[in-house]
Amino acid sequence: MESLIGLLVGAPLLGAAVLLVGGRRLDRVGHWLASALAAVSFVLGAVLFAELLGRSTDDRTLHSHLFSWVPVEGFQADVAFQLDQLSMVFVLLITGVGTLIHLYSIGYMEHDERRRRFFGYLNLFLAAMLLLVLADNYLLLYVGWEGVGLASYLLIGFWQHKPTAAAAAKKAFLVNRVGDAGLAIAIFLMFTTFGSFAIAPVAEAAGEAGQGTLTAIGLMLLLAACGKSAQVPLQSWLGDAMEGPTPVSALIHAATMVTAGVYLITRSGALFNAAPDAQTVVVVVGAVTLLFGALVGCAKDDIKKALAGSTMSQIGYMILAAGLGPIGYAFAIMHLVTHGFFKAGLFLGAGSVMHGMNDEVDMRRYGGLRKYMPVTFVTFGLGYLAIIGFPYLSGFFSKDQIIEAAFAKGGTQGWILGAVTLLGAAITAYYMTRVMLMTFFGEKRWKPDAEGNMPHPHESPKTMTIPMVVLAFGSVFAGGLFKLNDSFVHWLEPVVSLEHGHSPVSAGTVTAATIVALVLGVGAAWLQYGRRPVPAEAPRGSLLTRAARRDLLQDDFNHVVLVRGGEHLTRSLVYLDGKVVDGAVNGVAAGFGGLSGRLRRLQNGFARSYAVSMFGGAAVLVAATLLMRAV
Amino acid sequence: MSAVAITSMHAPSGAVPNLWTLSAEKLEAPSIEYGKLSPVLIVLGVAALGVLLEAFLPRKARYTAQVFVSALGLVAAFAAVIALAAGGAAGTKAQLVGVGALAVDGPTLFMQGVILLTGVVAVLVFAERKLEPAAHGSRVDSFAAQPASVPGGEGEKEATKAGWTTTEVFPLLLFAIGGMLLFPAANDLLLLFIALEVFSLPLYLLCALARRRRLLSQEAAVKYFLLGAFSSAFLLFGIALLYGYAGTVTYSGIARVVSGADATTDPVLAQTTGNDALLLIGGALVLMGLLFKVGAVPFHMWTPDVYQGAPTPVTGFMAAATKVAAFGALLRLLYVVLPGLAWDWRPVLWGVAIVTMVAGAIVAITQTDIKRLLAYSSIAHAGFLLAGVVALSEEGVSSVLFYLGAYSFVTLGAFAVVTLVRDAGGEATHLSKWAGLGRRSPLLAAVFALFLLAFAGIPLTSGFSGKFAVFKAAAESGAGALVVVGVASSAIAAFFYLRVIVLMFFSEPKADGPSVAVPSVLTSTAIAVGVAVTVVLGVAPQYFLDLAGSAGVFVR
Repeated sequence: MESLIGLLVGAPLLGAAVLLVGGRRLDRVGHWLASALAAVSFVLGAVLFAELLGRSTDDRTLHSHLFSWVPVEGFQADVAFQLDQLSMVFVLLITGVGTLIHLYSIGYMEHDERRRRFFGYLNLFLAAMLLLVLADNYLLLYVGWEGVGLASYLLIGFWQHKPTAAAAAKKAFLVNRVGDAGLAIAIFLMFTTFGSFAIAPVAEAAGEAGQGTLTAIGLMLLLAACGKSAQVPLQSWLGDAMEGPTPVSALIHAATMVTAGVYLITRSGALFNAAPDAQTVVVVVGAVTLLFGALVGCAKDDIKKALAGSTMSQIGYMILAAGLGPIGYAFAIMHLVTHGFFKAGLFLGAGSVMHGMNDEVDMRRYGGLRKYMPVTFVTFGLGYLAIIGFPYLSGFFSKDQIIEAAFAKGGTQGWILGAVTLLGAAITAYYMTRVMLMTFFGEKRWKPDAEGNMPHPHESPKTMTIPMVVLAFGSVFAGGLFKLNDSFVHWLEPVVSLEHGHSPVSAGTVTAATIVALVLGVGAAWLQYGRRPVPAEAPRGSLLTRAARRDLLQDDFNHVVLVRGGEHLTRSLVYLDGKVVDGAVNGVAAGFGGLSGRLRRLQNGFARSYAVSMFGGAAVLVAATLLMRAV
Repeated sequence: MSAVAITSMHAPSGAVPNLWTLSAEKLEAPSIEYGKLSPVLIVLGVAALGVLLEAFLPRKARYTAQVFVSALGLVAAFAAVIALAAGGAAGTKAQLVGVGALAVDGPTLFMQGVILLTGVVAVLVFAERKLEPAAHGSRVDSFAAQPASVPGGEGEKEATKAGWTTTEVFPLLLFAIGGMLLFPAANDLLLLFIALEVFSLPLYLLCALARRRRLLSQEAAVKYFLLGAFSSAFLLFGIALLYGYAGTVTYSGIARVVSGADATTDPVLAQTTGNDALLLIGGALVLMGLLFKVGAVPFHMWTPDVYQGAPTPVTGFMAAATKVAAFGALLRLLYVVLPGLAWDWRPVLWGVAIVTMVAGAIVAITQTDIKRLLAYSSIAHAGFLLAGVVALSEEGVSSVLFYLGAYSFVTLGAFAVVTLVRDAGGEATHLSKWAGLGRRSPLLAAVFALFLLAFAGIPLTSGFSGKFAVFKAAAESGAGALVVVGVASSAIAAFFYLRVIVLMFFSEPKADGPSVAVPSVLTSTAIAVGVAVTVVLGVAPQYFLDLAGSAGVFVR
């Protein structure tokens, strides 16, 4: 049974290798092959899930040791997998949503000449992501971490002929490097502190390290999480990443890869539990990002960028929950899974809309699409209801739990966090209603595209609608299913330490407050976008709106502080190199050259001079030898 | 005297010593271990055979016969070296032979092996006859048609027209090799001097035999001869002083007196022996004679002129084999005769090593002729080798042995490449003509680049392994400063090696640039051997390092 874990990772890896090496002869079958291998992975995941279910609660961890990469005394780098309840959740999410999105991409990328390559990258992503969540040590996890970063880079820049896409890919890669450096440093620290970077021993020894070291490791892990999960201050890449094909946005930049940071923090729970200072920083980052992403989501007219802001905000919820410690881990993961369903569904819906609207992304040029794209409308609508936390849909249960846990943090912190999460819920309701109204309701504001073709919205093909329908089911029922008897939390309990917080506010009150926030948010959006016609050109807007449209000035900040600063540094270094280093080098070279020219004159070609120099040399030799004795 | 005493002690008590028997023992001819000397004897014998062939064979048949006999003789001598080494002569059975005049031990056999292999490769390059355009229908080599004729005179023209060649080079080469085999084995100052002359005289002649630019060649030979004679005089004078000091010319005898084990070996000389001034001056002068042969500063000045003037195949052989033989003799002198004097000569050799490394590297920077460039490079390499010699340890010996083995094949290969780059006037040795060679003959330029990288000591070439071994030995013996200077001069030296590579690959070829001659299988083999040794010793040096390591002990 353990050997299936290797196959689970191997199937998509094989697909990636075959598709990327195989060349054009695979153009006609490549997408089916990739989808089939993704499905194989999912089936294997399901089989393993059944196996785990069949075991007793405390025996649900499988190990699979493939080989030792560096077997040195004191440094054991193994390629080994560990499948436990937490990994299992991720495996099912990754392979399940992954397979659906493979299927969807068959239709979405139908007219793209490089479809085979696209599917190769998708399979590569699946393999790397599975490696990330199945690794039994941080070093192998790092391999997966870099692998998903590579796949993300390749896929954001898939339409590399567009300069914006190429720039976005580079931006994502560079920003992620900052986070990756954090992960690398965290691993170094673990190795020097604990003498190992395998997950289990590090977790066991976590309490023994000094508080300073633990805080440092925690902050470095957080830096890594910020990079991968687009949290403040490393959030700037996610909006631009929407340049990639929409299925990529759905799979990588909504459902799976961007949640890797949450996985990392949850997986390293033992370290964070022992480092309360680091946990506080995690919570702050989550809370700030929650509001940051929500505000950005309110101002964007590009449907995908609005959804990207929403993703950032929702991951903020998860990070916040993970930062709460044992009272939050399970809910962070639960929200992660439900979010995976509804956000992937929303992105696929957005892709479907774009597919029907000549790739238009500006919501001000949509409107009234519900009649033309009924399936998209219904599935998108269900995803919308789920994300805003409409009672008894997925998002309702998972978000409610996080808000409750935030209050349960206790003290002033608890009140602040509770208020922030409630505010976030209201804003979520506002911006998602805005998206919904601008896209599917109101009058048609369609415009011809650059080539003058008027859009003829139509429902998308079956390969695209079926995944949307499946994800819609998940958006509706997943939360309720998980909440039933708290089955999800109980499933995770043996892996993530679990405590029940004591909220100063009763659960009923929290639910009521959440629903009030929801109604307020929806109402405000309806007043602005439902009751009145949506202007086809964006109004100037308030200062905050304008700032939010520019992603709350994140790029301006980065440009002024980092890019300018970096340029200055580079220029000074180049100057230093050119004048001082090169000057010294050239000076030394010139000096030796001159010396050489002078010494060369001694070689004048006359045997008599040579003999004299030999005689002199012999005299010196004799004198020196005698002198040595005299000294 | 002592033999008598020992014999009489062993005689049965009460018996009258048998004087007749004793005197018969005394007059017995010295026993010569012919087996242990077989490499030298084979080479000298084949050389003598070559002289006979020269005398009795018709002109047409001489070339083939000489090449065949020489190569065969050298291979047979090499086989003898291997057989001796396999028989344990390099280790447990190392011994003095020829009444103590010669030492057959690890270092001797290692260096004889290297010299013989370079000799084989040299024969291949000497025998090359496809590079020079055919003279009136007969193929000719790099050597003068009739060396005795006046350059540019009638005699030369006639000889050229007749298609004559100087096949005497092969016996001369073998005599030189014979001397070189003796040189590192010499365990006696007189034999040292004789071996020196035996290999030097043929080399002087060979230097004068260039077919092209004969005046330059003859000038080089005369300079080499004059300066060589000058240094031989110093050497001989040093030998006389050492004899005056110790009363003996054998290494072990002198060493015993130096270490104070014996007051003297000859009571007749008791009045003069043990005078340290004689020892120090004599030792310094003998050292100077050997430093001249290795080309150390300030006794190096003959090197560029002779390397440039001599026929290139001779230069290649001389640069490789002379260095091996001379360093062999130097090592034995310092490690066997003068270890008791290490406090005196080590600082002096430190100085010589530093000056040699630095001067060789610096002066090479401004050279414009490839052969002179390689000459200065060989001076710098002599400095690096001296750093290993100064280590005065077993690692020092083995590292120098390894370095010599590595260096000699790179040198042979490099000079063999030089013979191929030609224009109307023969070899195009001016560096400006090598511009853009990499575009026209990428393979040849790549091979030459490999040799240059090996000279520079870049990893994965034999040059790196050798330099690393030598510097490691020097550093371990406490000569850290020497290593620092060595690495610094390596960096300087890298400049002019890389400059040639840049010139070959990144400059525009000249319109009237030289062409690369297509060599016969002979030169190709020589170059291929050079490349193979360079790469193998660079990539997998361990076996050969071990081999040199096991050959690092001198017999006393």
